[in-house]
Amino acid sequence: MTVLLSAQNISRSFGGLKALNVCNLEVRQGSITGLIGPNGSGKTTLFNVMTGYVRPDSGTVTFEGDDITGFEPDRVFARGIGRTFQLTRIFARMTVLENMLVATQHDEGWLRSMTRSKSSVADVDNAMEWLDFVGIARLASLQAGSLSYGQRKLLELAYVLVADPDVILLDEPAGGVNLTLINQISEKIRTLNSQGKTFLIVEHNMEFVMGLCDAVTVMHQGSNLVAGTPSEVRSNPLVLDAYLGGGDDEEADEVING
Amino acid sequence: MFQKKNLWWIGAVAALALFPVVEKNPTYMAIGFFTLVYMACATSWNMFSGYSGYISLGSAVFYGTGAYTMSLISIHANMAPGGAMFWLVPLGGLAAMVIALPFGWIALRVRRHTFVVITIAVFFIFQLGASNFSFTGGTSGLALPYITWGASYYFVPFYFVALGLVILVTIISAALRRSRFGLQLLAIRDDEDRALGLGVKVTSVKIVGFTLSAFTVGMCGALYAMEQGQIYPQFVFTPVFDVSIALMTFLGGLGTLTGPLLGALILESSQQWLTVSFSNGSLYLILFGALFLLVILFMPQGIVVYVRDRLSRKADLASMTEANAGTSEVALTGSSRQ
Repeated sequence: MTVLLSAQNISRSFGGLKALNVCNLEVRQGSITGLIGPNGSGKTTLFNVMTGYVRPDSGTVTFEGDDITGFEPDRVFARGIGRTFQLTRIFARMTVLENMLVATQHDEGWLRSMTRSKSSVADVDNAMEWLDFVGIARLASLQAGSLSYGQRKLLELAYVLVADPDVILLDEPAGGVNLTLINQISEKIRTLNSQGKTFLIVEHNMEFVMGLCDAVTVMHQGSNLVAGTPSEVRSNPLVLDAYLGGGDDEEADEVING
Repeated sequence: MFQKKNLWWIGAVAALALFPVVEKNPTYMAIGFFTLVYMACATSWNMFSGYSGYISLGSAVFYGTGAYTMSLISIHANMAPGGAMFWLVPLGGLAAMVIALPFGWIALRVRRHTFVVITIAVFFIFQLGASNFSFTGGTSGLALPYITWGASYYFVPFYFVALGLVILVTIISAALRRSRFGLQLLAIRDDEDRALGLGVKVTSVKIVGFTLSAFTVGMCGALYAMEQGQIYPQFVFTPVFDVSIALMTFLGGLGTLTGPLLGALILESSQQWLTVSFSNGSLYLILFGALFLLVILFMPQGIVVYVRDRLSRKADLASMTEANAGTSEVALTGSSRQ
């Protein structure tokens, strides 16, 4: 399989802290790639670099073979890379449907956007289809701010999907939601993956990652430690060390293998 | 519902258009004129600051630019005093846009609170400039070609041009709300970084919104200068202008279409009336202060949102009693605002 999205030798410091230190990551076309690592290992910073929110000090990000390093987030999105945030971010004072319509990609100039209705039939139909896909179509006319945390997670997933990106970066999709919803979300991801969407997922829930992903990269102190299939990663002693700092192997084993 | 709403708008325009027919007293005509000017300015301000959440306190820059454009061109072109000067009103708007582009380009690089401070700083640069440059006449201001319409007729043309501006600005504001561009402004208000990550070109959307708002404020400034016949820097480049239009919008409802219209209608007409009735130019400031404390305490989102919420709550209760069983599903759909 070809590499769709990759980060090569990315470094980024915040003051004296090296958040990313010559980090490499490859996301192959059609895969569900997991990105795990202890807290503070740089997973979210890497996400931010790949989606244009943070400029790397050095290194390159490529998508479909093109260098997209330093692209602004709106250009990254227009290029076909969608993302969600660790703490869900929605437009609280707009309706659920309007939230979806913001993300509907037209990639047009301001003059055109002024003369086009925000709720054209085609756009609304498309938005409703995706809301239906994640199961919150009945909430379309509610203020997004009145949604529960789980519903916000679903909305965030839906409005990233509405623009039909090639690869979707999910930052802790299973964080803070109940088991039923976790299963629902992973089922959605599988369905989309079978339709050809590529995923990169940051997650702490090991069961979720190991059950869903076909490739996993482990990060530690700002760089990639190990990459491989879930079972390879699971049995790698370096990973256990990273999680528990070389302490009791049994405890580490519990963290990784559940 | 849609039909009924349109009837309200037609009725409001008709009432405003009939005012000069019924009211001949120039004093009250003047009150009507200033009220319309502030309705247009508050709506323009709301079109950017209300929708995007970027509170600007520098709109007087555009008001003043419009006023000085009207004055300088009419003086230097030796225009005959009279109706032909109305053609300079759009030029005042264009000049304000020319100023707004670099102003916005600089000020909109920063977020929220810093943006407010920068708009104030830019405002003071313009105020100082107008008071000190020779081409602006310094503190003694500029005298425009003197219009000699009779007292009973004087305000009629100004009134109708101002009404035209109010209608134009309201149509632009309403069209923005329905457009993708307007939706993007609202998205910026709620979460700018998230909007950016969903493909919204936030920088250009903000600058264009800011510039568009400047255009209509500039036209109002030009019209004001023409009506006054004499302008001074402290009357057009005044912080009171910015505070007024912001307060009017907050009173009516920030980010709503009718809020700034209603807020300006209430505040400007009562301010003018108080000034005329008690021949005291600052009495209104005390009453404004008290009114605002009340608004912030009891309806912090403004009159329009307060009334709308009240009405929809009433409708909710009605539909819930009707459904009787009152399942949660009914409550959910009932509380949705279309």
